Amino acid sequence: MGHRFIPNTDKDRIAMLKDLGIDSVDKLFEVIPEGLRIQDALHINDSMTEDELVSHMNKLANRNTTTDNNAIFLGAGAYDHFIPSVVKHLAFRSEFYTAYTPYQPEISQGILQAIFEYQTMISNLTGLEVVNASMYDGQTALAEAATMACASTNRKKVLVSEAIHPEANDTLRLYCKGQSIEVIEIPAINGETDLTELASLITEEFAAVIVQYPNFFGGIEDLQTIADVAHSKKALFIVSVNPIALGLLQSPGELGADIVVGEGQPLGNSLSFGGPYLGFFATSKQFMRKLPGRIVGQTLDGNGKRGYVLTLQAREQHIRREKATSNICSNQALNALLAAIYLAAIGKQGFAELANVNMQKAHYLSERLKAIKGIEMPYNMLFFNEFVIKLPVEIGYANQKLREQNIIGGYDLGKVDVALENHMLIAVTERRTKEQMDQFVSVLEACI
Amino acid sequence: MTQSLIFEISSENRRASTIPKVDVPAQQVDKLIPAKYLRTQPVDLPEVSEVDLVRHYTALSSRNFGVDNGFYPLGSCTMKYNPKINEDMANLAGFANIHPYQEQNTVQGALQLMYELASDLAEITGMEQVSLQPAAGAHGEWTGLMMIRAYHESRGEERKKVLIPDTAHGTNPASAAVAGFDIVTIKSNEDGGVDLDNLQQHLDNQVAALMLTNPGTLGIFEKNITQIAGLVHQAGGLLYYDGANLNAIIGKARPGDMGFDVVHLNLHKTFATPHGGGGPGAGPVGVAKHLVPFLPVPRIEKDEDAYYLNYDLPLSIGKVKGFYGNFGVLVRAYAYIKSMGREGLQAVAENAVLNANYLMHSLKNYYHLPFDQTCMHEFVLSATNQKKNGVRALDIAKRLLDYGYHPPTIYFPLLVDEAMMIEPTETESKETLDQFIKTMLTIAQEAEDNPELVNSAPQSTVISRLDEVSAARKPIVTWKPDIE
Repeated sequence: MGHRFIPNTDKDRIAMLKDLGIDSVDKLFEVIPEGLRIQDALHINDSMTEDELVSHMNKLANRNTTTDNNAIFLGAGAYDHFIPSVVKHLAFRSEFYTAYTPYQPEISQGILQAIFEYQTMISNLTGLEVVNASMYDGQTALAEAATMACASTNRKKVLVSEAIHPEANDTLRLYCKGQSIEVIEIPAINGETDLTELASLITEEFAAVIVQYPNFFGGIEDLQTIADVAHSKKALFIVSVNPIALGLLQSPGELGADIVVGEGQPLGNSLSFGGPYLGFFATSKQFMRKLPGRIVGQTLDGNGKRGYVLTLQAREQHIRREKATSNICSNQALNALLAAIYLAAIGKQGFAELANVNMQKAHYLSERLKAIKGIEMPYNMLFFNEFVIKLPVEIGYANQKLREQNIIGGYDLGKVDVALENHMLIAVTERRTKEQMDQFVSVLEACI
Repeated sequence: MTQSLIFEISSENRRASTIPKVDVPAQQVDKLIPAKYLRTQPVDLPEVSEVDLVRHYTALSSRNFGVDNGFYPLGSCTMKYNPKINEDMANLAGFANIHPYQEQNTVQGALQLMYELASDLAEITGMEQVSLQPAAGAHGEWTGLMMIRAYHESRGEERKKVLIPDTAHGTNPASAAVAGFDIVTIKSNEDGGVDLDNLQQHLDNQVAALMLTNPGTLGIFEKNITQIAGLVHQAGGLLYYDGANLNAIIGKARPGDMGFDVVHLNLHKTFATPHGGGGPGAGPVGVAKHLVPFLPVPRIEKDEDAYYLNYDLPLSIGKVKGFYGNFGVLVRAYAYIKSMGREGLQAVAENAVLNANYLMHSLKNYYHLPFDQTCMHEFVLSATNQKKNGVRALDIAKRLLDYGYHPPTIYFPLLVDEAMMIEPTETESKETLDQFIKTMLTIAQEAEDNPELVNSAPQSTVISRLDEVSAARKPIVTWKPDIE
């Protein structure tokens, strides 16, 4: 039977087999020892026609509650931002998405130039000069920042704030275990990295001090002070950032960060149940040859025409094998393309406005909640678009009540730390309306 | 004509989007966040209109070559057609617009999809369980190796060595190094397989694993695999399967039956998800029974009435990335398996192997074929005949660009001089292969008659060969207004 993704017909196969001087495709598989060839068919379903597939997939998709029909106040590392229509139209042109890694630059100038532009935008955002073509996500980018810092300083310990994303913390620990790097935690106090603890922990054994900005609880850390502490012991300063916040906040690069990484999902990538996202990765010029992953560079062709190539490949696994700076090969190029087109679509003024809208709305909601008796604001922190409240009831209960009103509530912090039971982490993006926030407030008010 | 950068077409006060309004009482910014934390200048981003934006990226896309543009016989990369319907399915709101931390009872469809995909992949590979979390092949390798490490540690053994054949993909040794192992290279024999004597010399109680691609990067099935598995297991080591070449054997043979303990798959190869210009991929990793306890968290499980995420696995290696994997890629792979079905998957391997043998057979009279035997889904030619006239594999690759093809993988595997590794895949027709054969013969003739023509290729692309040496010596990796 013919299959729509396999063009060979029986006639074609017979002609090809004849050319090979054999009478059956099975002959070609005789190079596999007989005992290893599958005798019975696989236990996989029969093929579906395209219309059967569509109804099957719709059935599954419809079992999920989406952000289209529900106002979502959940963030914690993945955010519901508005994506202008042009972004997907352009990134999903099939010349881009059906292409391989641009190892043949003459027929890959499109993606190479787009990534060069992406690198420039991320550099301008983070305040550091060198950017790679992307990592798998924010968590792995942070982990590889730590291992890069160790390789660059010949030290085998890192100091990491307790106030980073718990999954980033876990991922970092596994990468560090692989490389026999010791991870020491700087405790958080009142939702922020404890600077007194940091000062007493730091020694010249540490390759890096690692914080998140704004941190997992939404707090804006004092980067300048932390940078000075790290640099006093010649440790590198690594900051994981929410890129949208950088529309308002000073860039970590200007405040002394040596490596800036982050989750790029807020930049034009769908929530998509956690992936694919992208990790962005920026550093200063002096560490350019220590960077993991692909980098696009500008050069000239034989006629003096400007063009782009993958460069500094001597760092990478396909050249350097076990001596490579990282094992990363496939990255998240298409997600980086989405991020670049998103940033260009939002633009210079729009990006500042966007950050402001996020901050204004989050502060409005925070003020409203603060005014309700029974709701506590446990941390007195500066914040951008995410903050923590404490309820006198279980978060699971509150979220269930919210669900009944088509609202997806905040993140239950009790899931990561029993000491934070009844604490909810709330994210407010530009998509939340005053009406939705007022409703959020009244549901919470009613359930306490 | 030089293609402008988006920054170069930027003009003050242009914009391509609207920002949602502040519909709450606005406050002064520095009342909310003190000025010392704030930017004094907006981030330097492009300022273009929507139509500028559309034309810019449309122009860039026309300077790019994907599978939709033409034949892409890039060895070991499995550049097959990416079905359009899979894109639509991944973009259904029920998949694209769900948050990873939503209550599990609100994402049952997503969890069911992942559960079923993992089961299908376990069946296809002959493994006990599969984790869908790794984001790419190399990430899957590292995840698998960290599990191997945890397995040995749980038995009180600290084994430091990972054995890797000299034909392996570069990610194998790189991943083993990142997982903290020392790498020992194993030689190939004259058939392109593992040299058993050399393997035995290195097998001792320090060996954690042997990593193997089967069929290997020469496109040859390792016929001694059962014996190799026996030797490695006897020495207390484990066998790792690099699934980059699974397209050759899908539905015909299973790594689990060959004795492999850990397998990673590249969904962006065998399972038709797009390569995206370098990613995203997905690198699920499957394990045999004795390694199940070490799988990363969370695992997707099922009880009588619901699917759920299980984090309570004390021996797990932990988290390998954020959330649960490249879900959007998983949706595409799931849709692909449903479209192909049991028989369709088998037809994939059959047609991929037939296409490769047909191409090899037709090209071997014009290009040197160092390993002349039945191949699987790919084969490696050498440009040594052409090199006599000063034409190298790189030149042939560049000349193919002029004829509208993406070239084969060149200079890999390393043990073949002037290597050209060709993988047609099953999604190409006989006519496409015949046309490619004709072109390759033309180029072989050109290499004889007019080597200069081949050496100066490409002529028809938007740009000619680029100066990669200068690019690396004085790297320019971002645009600045003062350049040019």
